[in-house]
Amino acid sequence: MKITFDWLKDHLKTNLKEKNLLEQLTNVGLEVEGVQNLSSDKELFTVAKIIKTIKHPNADRLKVCDVDVGEKEFKKVVCGAANAVEGLITVYAPPGSIIPKTKTKLVVAKIRGVTSYGMLCSESELNLSDESDGIIELSSGYKKIIGKSYFSKSKSNLIDLSITPNRPDCLGIRGIARDLAASGFGKLIDFKKKKIKSNNRHSLKVKIKKEKNQGCSIFGSCLITDVKNTESPQWLKDKLISIGQKPISAIVDITNYVMFDLNRPLHAYDADKIEKGIIVRNSKSGEKFTALDNKDYKLEDGMCVISDHKGVLGLGGIIGGTRSGTELDTKNILLESAYFKPGSIRTTAKKLNLDTDAKFRFERGIDPLSIEDGLNKAAILIKEICGGKISKIDVKKIETHKTKKIKFDINLVEKVAGFKISTKEIFKILENLGFKFKKKKFFFELTVPSWRPDITQEIDIVEELVRISGYDKISIIDPIKKRKKSTLNKSQKLFHFLQRSIASKGYLEAITWSFTDSNYNNYFRDTKKEIKIVNPISTELDVLRNSIFSNLIIYMNKNLDRGFKDLSIYEIGPTFTGSRPGEQNTVVCGLSSGKKSRLSWIEKERNVDVFDVKKDVVQTLIEAGYKSEEFFIDNKTPNYYHPGKSGRLFLKKNENLVAAYFGEIHPNIIKKIDMKTESLVGFEIFLDNLKLSVKTLNDQKNKFNVSDYQKSERDFAFIINKDVNAQDLINAIASVDKNLISNIKVFDVYEGDNIPESQKSIAISVTIQSIEKTLNDNELESITKLIIETVENKTGAKIRS
Amino acid sequence: MSDLKKIKNELLLKLKSKLNLSEVNQMKSDLFGKNGLVSSQFKKIGTIAETERKKFASELNIIKDELQDLINLKIKEIENEEIREKLQKEKIDITLPERPFVRGKIHPVSQTIDEISSIFSEIGFSVEEGPDVESEYNNFTALNTPENHPARDMHDTFYLDEKKERLLRTHTSPVQIRTMLKDKPPFKIIAPGRTYRSDSDQTHAPMFHQVEGLHIDKDINMGHLKGCLNYFIKEFFELDKIKMRFRPSHFPFTEPSAEVDIGYEMKDGEIVIGEGDQWLEILGCGMVHPNVLRNVKVDPIKFQGYAFGMGIDRLAMLKYGINDLRAFFDCDYRWLNHFGFDPLDVPTNYRGLSR
Repeated sequence: MKITFDWLKDHLKTNLKEKNLLEQLTNVGLEVEGVQNLSSDKELFTVAKIIKTIKHPNADRLKVCDVDVGEKEFKKVVCGAANAVEGLITVYAPPGSIIPKTKTKLVVAKIRGVTSYGMLCSESELNLSDESDGIIELSSGYKKIIGKSYFSKSKSNLIDLSITPNRPDCLGIRGIARDLAASGFGKLIDFKKKKIKSNNRHSLKVKIKKEKNQGCSIFGSCLITDVKNTESPQWLKDKLISIGQKPISAIVDITNYVMFDLNRPLHAYDADKIEKGIIVRNSKSGEKFTALDNKDYKLEDGMCVISDHKGVLGLGGIIGGTRSGTELDTKNILLESAYFKPGSIRTTAKKLNLDTDAKFRFERGIDPLSIEDGLNKAAILIKEICGGKISKIDVKKIETHKTKKIKFDINLVEKVAGFKISTKEIFKILENLGFKFKKKKFFFELTVPSWRPDITQEIDIVEELVRISGYDKISIIDPIKKRKKSTLNKSQKLFHFLQRSIASKGYLEAITWSFTDSNYNNYFRDTKKEIKIVNPISTELDVLRNSIFSNLIIYMNKNLDRGFKDLSIYEIGPTFTGSRPGEQNTVVCGLSSGKKSRLSWIEKERNVDVFDVKKDVVQTLIEAGYKSEEFFIDNKTPNYYHPGKSGRLFLKKNENLVAAYFGEIHPNIIKKIDMKTESLVGFEIFLDNLKLSVKTLNDQKNKFNVSDYQKSERDFAFIINKDVNAQDLINAIASVDKNLISNIKVFDVYEGDNIPESQKSIAISVTIQSIEKTLNDNELESITKLIIETVENKTGAKIRS
Repeated sequence: MSDLKKIKNELLLKLKSKLNLSEVNQMKSDLFGKNGLVSSQFKKIGTIAETERKKFASELNIIKDELQDLINLKIKEIENEEIREKLQKEKIDITLPERPFVRGKIHPVSQTIDEISSIFSEIGFSVEEGPDVESEYNNFTALNTPENHPARDMHDTFYLDEKKERLLRTHTSPVQIRTMLKDKPPFKIIAPGRTYRSDSDQTHAPMFHQVEGLHIDKDINMGHLKGCLNYFIKEFFELDKIKMRFRPSHFPFTEPSAEVDIGYEMKDGEIVIGEGDQWLEILGCGMVHPNVLRNVKVDPIKFQGYAFGMGIDRLAMLKYGINDLRAFFDCDYRWLNHFGFDPLDVPTNYRGLSR
């Protein structure tokens, strides 16, 4: 909402300065978004007339114009606009002026060899509208003020307010003035309500059809006959220009003026173009009309339209149609002032993707009791400016306005705000805001002003009082440093632990979108359902991610393109399994590319491999408190991993939830996305599948119990079939005697010479130690034998002699 | 005794020359071996007159100890010299690089979430979470934003079905609803998390982070709200003095509602938070609307309190001087490495939020 201090002063008597005004607007909740200095900057823009144009000698599209700027000599101005023709009255910007749109300062400049003294402006260059096609065309009335400033001489700045959607009343200058007056910033000037005194018959029949979901409940109108539509007088033009509006014709300007002044949208029809009478009704699917924005709209069922007997004239409260629009030669007009329901307006405007000043106001709620005030003010102005005869006002209603009453306990103010406002002050504020009140036994009964659709209950009153008194009166109550509940629960603690544990292993944490490119998602979707976003911002972000890999790989590739080779990145966040709330998992997903120790003078460089990520996963889980002795690992992994070089990990053997996957990314994927790296490995840890112990980590630990008796190490080499896993051997050895076998380590794996092709040799070191005594040779011998027997029986291995 | 003195002097003389270990050992056995010079003096003891014997023996012992010490000292000296020479030969170029290491980093948003959690933990808030996919009811309707409410325009929403019943949450406020439906008052929670809006330009990303705060109890008023945020802002920016302004605003789910600005000034093209005379909006808040409380079956006559919501990414940008929001999610290795935090830098109450 754009306002000026000058316009405000039509409604507000105040001695305060603009600086105070800006502060006060913000203090009462009418946020100042920006202030544009119109006067000093824009005074330089003058009304000018093109006297002569000749083609630019060096450019086909340019013209050299002689421009009358009210000085003795014409100015030579180079202009490229097609509509720059002889006789046109337009707006001239001299050298030294600053073009509002581009904020550039004009200088005398040679354009293709011809010196141009200034510029002729388009509406868009002056920030008047988005119209940039051609320069401004002013009507012949401006002839009288050639050389004078186009903008009003007011010294008032243009103040841009951000009005919250609950305050339609402040979409009119008077509403803003009322708020300011209530807050003590001046006094609201009484509204001199002039009324139409007329006995002329309103000869046009108006009917609101009683239909289900009728979007219009009141339709007020009057006829004004024998008008001479003309240009607006200077004061009116100045007013509209001062808030960035472009004057069009007196009738249109007057309806706009009343809308901005009183927040009362009006519409003027050319009465002669209305066939028989007005019918306010729901549209039927397929009906069409051409709106004032020169676009054709095809309507659906149930949109509130103003029609005549021939068809749709306009969308009520949103936009009029060209068929009944007023023009300069319009003689008889029908002036409409109606009430349209916010919901109906919004639904229609959304479906048709239409946004207008009227729609913006009606969807927020217009004062239903302002019908006649609006008609009176506009009709009298029209008569003053355009002449004519005004008919009686006709108001059709299908619903009556119910005045809202609210019970209000003044103690609620202090209870909510934490500070007291005196009863006297409370009633002064409420009265200034337009409330009426009656004292009842335990409370006050307030009558809500009709222009405040937002106020429906007691708390709304509290807000008004606190807002107008000032939020600076709220005192600071320091918080108490007391904690009744732990800040994080177990799973949140685990989240934080894993997050930092992975980073500590050399991974950079990334945060990527929760959505991704469906093409990439398909690589990592496995058997999961694709979850489409109905309205994605781009086709590259069209689905919710089923795995974090899709995004990590996209960004990994970008980093590789930047010339980095050996990267480890990870993300901890959601992946989605369905489109219902809660169908998501928290996953830690990491990706590593390239080599370890590339170009190191001391370490041998090698590709990152599956055992690097296995280490990261296992170490992280151990650090998080899970017991590695219980881990169960096999090789069944989703299809985006290398089928032979990947694994899945369960926290315990018969667990059915996968704790983690790890492995090489499937070479086909790397090929398809054309990724250039020596190696790419990744992992996924599923937080939701990690069991959370109710015990603290400390309580989970066994008693501290160590043996100081001598330990012995025995090495074994077994020959086994290649398809037997090392883990099977380890498990077999561990099963021999849990009390004596304290450590088992695979220290060599060998395939090749001296070993049959289908077999491999695995060398294992076993530490044997008792917690009760030092074992003698016989005992050691028997346990060694037992180990060999057990392994051979359980796995089919043979001890290597 | 002169023999002994002679022996000693000879030894001293010999020890002065450069010797190796075997030479010294030879000298040692020459003196103290079975027939060594010193050993043979001991054999003499029996032959010496009784009156002299005691004196002789004692002097002999002293000399013997002296000589032994001298030789041992020499041996030590030679050994030390040998080690020194050996180590000297082993000398390497210590300026060669260390063995390779890689360093991981924590994303500034994660770090900021931990900082925020740490601050609110101190004053008794616990952390709650909610799903990224929400129902239209939890995201809007329950929060007093019925269909056709113009406030919905401010939330460009991603939908997951044509009926617009499932969406990506546009704010963290639905966690309020979930928390209050799940438990009984009082409530004192914060809820950090991902939020989504379908606009994307230089200053907007389709995904960003918010933290929600909710404190509901019997007598929580706007003074508590102001106190809580005042505390938070000072702790977060780690500044004693920082200007804060509450101004009226409107959110459907709070009433009265406020937006909070903090003071700043521009110095050398950078934002300096604190006592400057410019205002920067950083969050929205207010007293939870009675309609919201009714929607979650909390009696607004008995309970009241405040809620707030702020943009985590924006807070991180302000605190850590990051200019471009889009870069947070661009995963550029150089950016992550530059703005990321060491995983050991865990923000806590006792060691402070940052180093």
